[in-house]
Amino acid sequence: MTDTAAHTAIEREREPKPLPDPTPVSRPFWDALASHRIRIQYSPSGGEYVFYPRLLAPGTLADDLQWREISGAGTLYTYTVADRPTAPPWADAVPQLLAIVQWDEGPRLSTELVDVDPAELSVGMRVRPVFCDQPGGVTLLRYQPDPGR
Amino acid sequence: MGLKGEAAIVGFVELPAERRTTRPPMTMLDQWASLAAAAIADAGLPAGRVNGLVASGLAESDKLVPATLAEYLGLPINFGEVVDLGGASAAGMIWRAAAAIELGVCDAVLAVLPDSQNVPRSGRAGNVANGFSSGPGWLGASSGNYGSPQAEFEIPYGNVGQNGPYAQIARRYAAEFGYDPRATAKIAADQRQNACATVGAVFAGKPITIDDVLASPMIADPLHMLEMVMRCHGGNGVLIANAELAGRSKHRPVWIKGFGEHVEFKTPTYAPDLLRTPIAAAADQAFGMAGIERSDIDMASIYDCYTITVLMSLEDAGFCEKGTGMRWVTERDLTYAGDFPVNTAGGQLSYGQVGMAGGMHHVCDATRQIMGRAGRAQVADCDIAFVSGNGGIMSEQVALILQGQ
Repeated sequence: MTDTAAHTAIEREREPKPLPDPTPVSRPFWDALASHRIRIQYSPSGGEYVFYPRLLAPGTLADDLQWREISGAGTLYTYTVADRPTAPPWADAVPQLLAIVQWDEGPRLSTELVDVDPAELSVGMRVRPVFCDQPGGVTLLRYQPDPGR
Repeated sequence: MGLKGEAAIVGFVELPAERRTTRPPMTMLDQWASLAAAAIADAGLPAGRVNGLVASGLAESDKLVPATLAEYLGLPINFGEVVDLGGASAAGMIWRAAAAIELGVCDAVLAVLPDSQNVPRSGRAGNVANGFSSGPGWLGASSGNYGSPQAEFEIPYGNVGQNGPYAQIARRYAAEFGYDPRATAKIAADQRQNACATVGAVFAGKPITIDDVLASPMIADPLHMLEMVMRCHGGNGVLIANAELAGRSKHRPVWIKGFGEHVEFKTPTYAPDLLRTPIAAAADQAFGMAGIERSDIDMASIYDCYTITVLMSLEDAGFCEKGTGMRWVTERDLTYAGDFPVNTAGGQLSYGQVGMAGGMHHVCDATRQIMGRAGRAQVADCDIAFVSGNGGIMSEQVALILQGQ
């Protein structure tokens, strides 16, 4: 599907941007974000970091996941500049800078880029986290280019 | 391992694709019956021999779908299944039907994909207009249910729909291998030429050039509007049968010689490698099972939600080396008259994408060619076809090898 023409202008105005609703397993990730820190899981038996949060380690189903704090620094794996909103809640938020960031520890996450001219973006550039507090106490993890690197 | 090639597609129906439909709204159950009857009539076989069916959901009933269909159609079944592979469902339905037939549990199996949009709406307040939706329609293939990884880690960042993720894939491709916008545009232009020779294609009579594609609006950089499918109305269905029934059917049977299916992830953020897609493993299995070489393929019908999907599928299925697809398609004529015919009925880009039924377009495309019923778009001496299905965002893919004998 490539268009949202079925949605009326009225629906666009009304629909709020959906926010994450933590589960018992993912709660530590969101709690850390709320205090502007990043904690993700690590599997000692697999020797690798894991994202998003899970009960058991993906691939091995080992019950050894532990929470570790990371800096959040990473590289821009890929991105797009969406001139048309991806869905009605973002009708007033174009262009959306949809991105995949790869943390230095390995895992990738879906995010958005902020405070940047789209023309300055390039795959592989260094990026740093931007903590965006939302109403209701949840914090979203967005990214911006890291000029220091 | 695998199929012996003893089940065949013996009949099919593909409705003309329409942007604004002239057909009256029908429940998906009614459409199922109508499309099933058409596919059975196309084969010239009695409906009473059907004893299996494969579906991909019904707007009217989100549970116990095979039983609901068997009851409605009045066709008791030995095998009924719902395939949940997005755009790869159609190809997945075909091999499951073939497997049920080769196991001997079915004589003939229906695989039907109605139009989920052109359904009647209840006038009664509170009735769900469409049984698929448990949230706003814009969620598409993402789940907004509590506890879903998409609800928690994708949707809040606007990562919904298809355009953004496919554009991200194209952007990454550009960074790793380089990008020639004229090459992906050529895929759309060549397919449009095929649509112009195909009865029922929504864009028949409207040829486009590479420059037209590049001049169309940029929707999600680097993807232009004419490189993306347009949602249409339609519907299709296929009858798969055993050798005995195939021998009595009206048309040249299209034998299902090989298949592969590979599912890796839901959201491409978590792909092991965004640029090496699951069709690679699926195609290797399909070719190995069929004992067919890439060079034996007379036509390919490649799932084409976007031009970049076609390009990467051709690479990963092994028709050209990884990273060389842009040059490869530039040097080839992908039309029905060309040296490597692809999506000879226009593909979903130019025949029209009928939602979930879009995947079956490719099965119908290959079937028409092997049966020798493609009219002006007929590929000369077309005996062996490769069909791909792609669901999610290059995340669940199916390959089929079909052959006339």
